[in-house]
Amino acid sequence: MKIHEYQGKEILRQFGVPVPRGIPAFTVQEAVEAAQKLGGPVWVVKAQIHAGGRGKGGGVKVAKSIDEVRELAGKMLGMQLVTHQTGPQGQKVRRLYIEEGADIGKEYYVSVLTDRATQKVAMIASSEGGMDIEEVAAHTPQKIVKIFIDPLTGLTEAQARGLAEGIGLSGHTVEQAVTLLQNLYRCYMETDASLVEINPLNRDSQGNLIALDAKFNFDSNALFRHPEIVALRDLDEEDPAEVEASKYDLAYISLDGNIGCLVNGAGLAMATMDTIKLFGGEPANFLDVGGGATAEKVTEAFKIMLRNPNVKAILVNIFGGIMRCDVIATGIITACRAVNLNVPLVVRMKGTNEDLGKQMLAESGLPIISADTMAEAAQKVVAAAAGR
Amino acid sequence: MSILINKDTKVITQGITGKTGQFHTQKCQEYANGKHCFVAGVNPKKAGEQIFNIPIYASVREAKEATGATVSVIYVPPAGAADAIWEAVEADLDLVVCITEGIPVRDMLMVRNKMKAKEAAGGKKTLLLGPNCPGLITPDEIKIGIMPGHIHRKGRIGVVSRSGTLTYEAVAQLTELGLGQSSAVGIGGDPINGLKHIDVMKMFNDDPDTDAVIMIGEIGGPDEAEAARWCKENMKKPVVGFIAGVTAPPGKRMGHAGALISGGADTAEAKLAIMEECGFKVTRNPSEMGKLLKSLL
Repeated sequence: MKIHEYQGKEILRQFGVPVPRGIPAFTVQEAVEAAQKLGGPVWVVKAQIHAGGRGKGGGVKVAKSIDEVRELAGKMLGMQLVTHQTGPQGQKVRRLYIEEGADIGKEYYVSVLTDRATQKVAMIASSEGGMDIEEVAAHTPQKIVKIFIDPLTGLTEAQARGLAEGIGLSGHTVEQAVTLLQNLYRCYMETDASLVEINPLNRDSQGNLIALDAKFNFDSNALFRHPEIVALRDLDEEDPAEVEASKYDLAYISLDGNIGCLVNGAGLAMATMDTIKLFGGEPANFLDVGGGATAEKVTEAFKIMLRNPNVKAILVNIFGGIMRCDVIATGIITACRAVNLNVPLVVRMKGTNEDLGKQMLAESGLPIISADTMAEAAQKVVAAAAGR
Repeated sequence: MSILINKDTKVITQGITGKTGQFHTQKCQEYANGKHCFVAGVNPKKAGEQIFNIPIYASVREAKEATGATVSVIYVPPAGAADAIWEAVEADLDLVVCITEGIPVRDMLMVRNKMKAKEAAGGKKTLLLGPNCPGLITPDEIKIGIMPGHIHRKGRIGVVSRSGTLTYEAVAQLTELGLGQSSAVGIGGDPINGLKHIDVMKMFNDDPDTDAVIMIGEIGGPDEAEAARWCKENMKKPVVGFIAGVTAPPGKRMGHAGALISGGADTAEAKLAIMEECGFKVTRNPSEMGKLLKSLL
């Protein structure tokens, strides 16, 4: 789960990581009042969307007067902000963050994430802040310093000092950095984050450190113990189809193609999409109905897929293991009738009571195209989507 | 022979009294030698009782001492699952199979590091399979987990995969072609887990009753590449490889918590290329895994 910059900064503040003073605003009037409350002479007006790259897209602007804050807020609120992460259609700006201007000195980068290979927490820092870290990694990898933290001991002072000196900090800034990094690590662990990124981390002319941006991702498996983080969720920033699917415990991801896919199991769902592509088609979605492909879940899954106007055909691929194929067939028949299915449907079922399931589909009177293998199913659905 | 488990393995079920635990314990009991393999359950509140003729103990240690079991399988809900793993590790079991899906990553991070610290201090090494996995099976001997037993057939092909239903797909293809399996192992779809592809490939390589292996992976993480590089130098048996997720967009979690493209090296194409370079026969068509393997024998 992602949150906005202003929410992330509030969490950082709570954990003792310095951030500029700022106030969120949902209207132009609120933006003006926020600026008045903060006091001048310089403010930053920042569009709040979950995607990165806001600065380059025109979503971060400096204002030198209250009138300028008003003008910028008016322009930004409601605009479709296009960044390299939003896609060409962009994301509508509904919230702003008005922040006091910062004394920009040198910009650094720091992030925390869980490293799968070492099964430790990785803290990554660089002297090249304010730019895309992937770019830095590609062109000047020597400017990236990485340490691995044993969660049983936490981030030691020596490790934090090593990281701070590794990116070229010196003097009293190093002492500040040690505290900041240790607080950041504690913040990462205690909030069950899966990523915390500060880019840039600014060192001002006095040598003081302050986080000018904050990006958080949280482990969705741990949200049950963080109601305070769930409360920060902004559904406007999420795909409505994915939100709807999550209500029924369906894992759904929208894609650009025209073939709807309904599969049980994440690996098999990806493999099914890959097979469609292999035979020249494009999947419209990833959809894992999980272990219990009940009539209710299958019906909801069909409804969600069919809300996508691009869907020209649907492929159902179920490996009935513990769940029997006749039960799944009942689910598919019920769902087809409930949604008045009007696109071709290809069904491939495998496993327990396979023959009975196929017979039930054949006798249902519904125009269902049957297939024995994933490859055959993919070929048939690609043809059906093309109107052949 | 087989890897990790056989007909004589004695198993403790943690979370045996929950709905999922009950359902799958019965299925496991019904499979092959299951009646003799599943010897104990754990639930501190129901110690002294029985379920499906299986005695329930207050702790894993008690269950182990009373029955001589060396393996446990976990169906405990996510919030308590990492503690259940640690309890089994502290009881010095040989193998813990964690089926539970949805365990917080931080909990897995802590328990994995505790396991490593215990080993480093000279404590007994306990292997962990999973979490978020279907378990493992040695056909006609024992099944520990949630896979459908009847699609399997005893034989000489090893299968290892991160995904449940995709493992079943490979197994069913093999069985249809008349090729049985020595063992089929699901290592699970979570980012922080126990046994990895490389560990299971080493076991299949050393198993005299395994002739060839199907290794199935998916997007996200470095594990498949690491296993392939090890195989290039050491594997004496043919391997068929498949990676799911060629069509998966970066930055999106594809169902499994671990199936997320985060850099350039963990895409399906990158992994397929490394596997091919390391001598695997790779296919981009998951319907062909069985046929391709048969062609190598």
